[in-house]
Amino acid sequence: MTAEPDGPEDRLRRFATIWSRAVYPVTSTSLTRPEFEGQLVPLARRLSEALRARTFDAAEGQAVGAALITAHCTDPEALSRTLDCVDAYLVLYCGDESPQDALRSRSARLQHAMAAGFAQALRERTLAEQEAISRAALDARSAVAEALHASEARFRAVFEGAAIGIGIADLAGNILQVNGALLRMFGVSEQSVRGRRVQEWTHPDDAPQVWRLYEELVSGEREHYHVEKAFYRPDGTVLWTNLTVSLLRDADGQPQYQLALMEDTTERRLLNLRLRYEATHDALTGLPNRTLFFERLDKALSAGVGQRFGLCYLDLDGFKTINDSLGHAAGDRLLVEVADRLQSCATAPGEMVARLGGDEFVALTTGTDTEREVDELAGRIMNALITPISIDGRELTVRGSIGIVEGPAGERGPAEVLRSADITMYRAKSAGGNRFELADPEADARAITRHGLTTQLPAALDRGEFFIEYQPLVHLGDGSVRGAEALVRWLHPQHGVLGPDRFIPLAEHTGLIVPLGRWVLEQSVRQARAWQDRHTDAGPLRINVNLSPCQLSHPGLVQETVDILERAGLGADALCLEVTESALIGADDDLLKPLRRLAEMGVDIALDDFGTGYSNLANLRRLPVSILKLDRSFTQGMQQFPADPVDLKIVEGIVSLAHSLDLAVTVEGVETGAQAEQLRILGCDTAQGWYYARPGPPEKLHELALVDATA
Amino acid sequence: MERPAWAPRSIDISVPSVSRIYDYYLGGSHNFEVDREAARKAMEFMPGLPKIMQANRAFMRRAVRFAADEGITQFLDIGSGIPTFGNVHEIAQNARPGARVMYVDHDPVAVAHSKAVLAGNEDADVLAADLLKPQEILSNPQVQRLIDLNRPVALLLVAILHFVEDADDPYRAVAELRDALAPGSLLVLTHASYEGIPLPKERAEGAVDVYKNIRNPLIMRSREEIARFFEGYDMVEPGLVPMPKWRPDTAPEDEDPYASSGFAGVGRRA
Repeated sequence: MTAEPDGPEDRLRRFATIWSRAVYPVTSTSLTRPEFEGQLVPLARRLSEALRARTFDAAEGQAVGAALITAHCTDPEALSRTLDCVDAYLVLYCGDESPQDALRSRSARLQHAMAAGFAQALRERTLAEQEAISRAALDARSAVAEALHASEARFRAVFEGAAIGIGIADLAGNILQVNGALLRMFGVSEQSVRGRRVQEWTHPDDAPQVWRLYEELVSGEREHYHVEKAFYRPDGTVLWTNLTVSLLRDADGQPQYQLALMEDTTERRLLNLRLRYEATHDALTGLPNRTLFFERLDKALSAGVGQRFGLCYLDLDGFKTINDSLGHAAGDRLLVEVADRLQSCATAPGEMVARLGGDEFVALTTGTDTEREVDELAGRIMNALITPISIDGRELTVRGSIGIVEGPAGERGPAEVLRSADITMYRAKSAGGNRFELADPEADARAITRHGLTTQLPAALDRGEFFIEYQPLVHLGDGSVRGAEALVRWLHPQHGVLGPDRFIPLAEHTGLIVPLGRWVLEQSVRQARAWQDRHTDAGPLRINVNLSPCQLSHPGLVQETVDILERAGLGADALCLEVTESALIGADDDLLKPLRRLAEMGVDIALDDFGTGYSNLANLRRLPVSILKLDRSFTQGMQQFPADPVDLKIVEGIVSLAHSLDLAVTVEGVETGAQAEQLRILGCDTAQGWYYARPGPPEKLHELALVDATA
Repeated sequence: MERPAWAPRSIDISVPSVSRIYDYYLGGSHNFEVDREAARKAMEFMPGLPKIMQANRAFMRRAVRFAADEGITQFLDIGSGIPTFGNVHEIAQNARPGARVMYVDHDPVAVAHSKAVLAGNEDADVLAADLLKPQEILSNPQVQRLIDLNRPVALLLVAILHFVEDADDPYRAVAELRDALAPGSLLVLTHASYEGIPLPKERAEGAVDVYKNIRNPLIMRSREEIARFFEGYDMVEPGLVPMPKWRPDTAPEDEDPYASSGFAGVGRRA
């Protein structure tokens, strides 16, 4: 709409401009002032028209007042400025030719109406907005409440559905809430937990730090702790848990609650205990096994000053026989019974019984008074074995040998102690069994040396540490040297020269006797051949070589002997093999067969140490023996003067018997000329002993033989 | 017990709310006495505070129209507060029918009220969320229904960042939002500052203290600090300027001096 300058429209616009300029600064509209003015133009027009209407209607003023509110002129100052503006300019810019008084009156009435309309609209709007914001607050509240409710329901589901036990208590320890998992773990109802206090849940197995950590937590010094803890269930059983306790703080950081999360580890723990039990106990007897025994022994040996230990090492006598004859099942039942009896012997604190394996058991006692206790313990064990054990209707008498080691803690290690006990047990066994022996350092040392020698034997043979000495065999009739006995010696790097008594039993035990014996035979046969070469005129020098029981049963004996003789070029009749009487006791034909073969070839077999064993004279006929070697014990009785007549009678009898069986008799241990003469009179054929010569190198024998030959 | 991120412990209308205080400055009655009391206290120090709010509204109106002229049809208004009049959806949908507007605020009352106001408007919605958790906003299904991040968006951060303390790292949050927007997107932002306030700083600090006391500290930042919120975006002419100076529709005529407090600017993602 274009407005003629100073035409009615132009004047209306000028009024609106003035109005907008007055009010704009107090509005909060985001419109620009010209835009705002654009909003006022229609209002100005309405006022203008109302002013000049044929029939005056004040309601127009009310509508304009209300429209101000719609245009966001809510500040009362906007009304004030609007009314000022209308009062001053409406009649001026919008009036017509009507009387000024009438126009002014109408303007005033319009202003009144505008004020009323403004107030009315402002009131409506204010109330509406107040209601809107209140409703928004309510809506927000319920939205938050719903969200919280959903969240709480979710967390309650988590709390209730959790597989781990959850409990909340205040800082005084009053239990406020627990979940189902916790109740199930404890096997209790919620009522029985409510009102209880955390501090009541003590258990004797509580680690010392458990309650210190608890105090630190509730006093706010600690945020959480994690322990393994046991609880009593109402039925008296024990619940083991992995327990984590956390401190809950409020929004301001003040400690408020304690939260316990617990996982039931009872079964896992039982399983662990069982695994541990199985790892440390013997499956057959249920006794602690070697592992557990060594743990305890270790502990006992590392105990403090004043503490001692006593150890009984038991090995059943003849258990192998029972096993072999009655079967392993019976043997096992016997072991179970023995284990039960042993168990009842060691019931005092600090005492334990264990099975090391097979039929070997140990009993341990610890404390300050084990010197006395270990003797009593061994006594109890021996007593416990007295009553025969009934297996399959048989009454089996069980005997045992015990080695005892007793001493202060802190001196020896477990291995050393057990070895000493083992050695001592064997001492008891070799003393006949069914007894206990106390460990003795010297005996231990001997055994240890023996052990050392045993392990060194094989290398000694390889290194050539053995050598042979020869002791002459002299004909009692003419005093001529007829041969020599080969005696093996060990030139030990540490112990010096060792006699056969020190190592032959060891070699027999380990089986090394076979190669060692072969070596001795080879050397001796070669030596005999050498002697023959050097004095052909003096008749053949025979060589006597000892044969151990082990060699006797060795399948290659005959063939090897033949090979050795052939290689050396020595006749079989120049060799005499000496076999101890004890080796042939109860010998069957299988065992005698090789000896017979050798004898048939011309090898002499001498029965060594005759008279020491259970000499079965009747048996002599059966044996392929051509020489009896009387034990030195017979010659000892002839050293005194006059000689023991009983000894003389015995020797005379033996010689007579031997001769009647076509056996030659050799005596050992001849030390004096009187002895030699006596033996000659008694009819002995050959003799050896210090009277003639001590064992020596082969050259010495050679000299003796030469002397003899020239004599 | 954990609360949802947006839900306060309770709706406590005895505690002043910045969005209701803002409404009061703008002559509205969407407020309670506690809000008005806080507003009156602040106005004791800075009587012209309503003019600053008005200038904010006026700037926002111009910026939204500018965005619409640029062809933008999606608007994300974070910190939208209480809808009074001249709201973004009114301006935007007036300029471009069908324009989509997503309002976000963390004040549940403001959100509830917005919901009531927007009832029936298919192209506008409101979400209760926190500016400091941009991913929650961007991945929200309501937001994704209205805003297609593959197309340019006008992101409005009007009079909100000065309520975020440095400790909460507003720069990180804004950067995450900026980075999520497609090229051609606009960042529309105003921020309070001591610069431009027609009062001695000590006096303005009185008003700042009022906000501190209602636990909604007002963080005044320098122009330089404010400019950093646009990092990586090109400033639209005339840059970061006092609000009335940003593309005024008409020649300014005796503008209230308070209107020039703080800064306004629009940045564009290249």
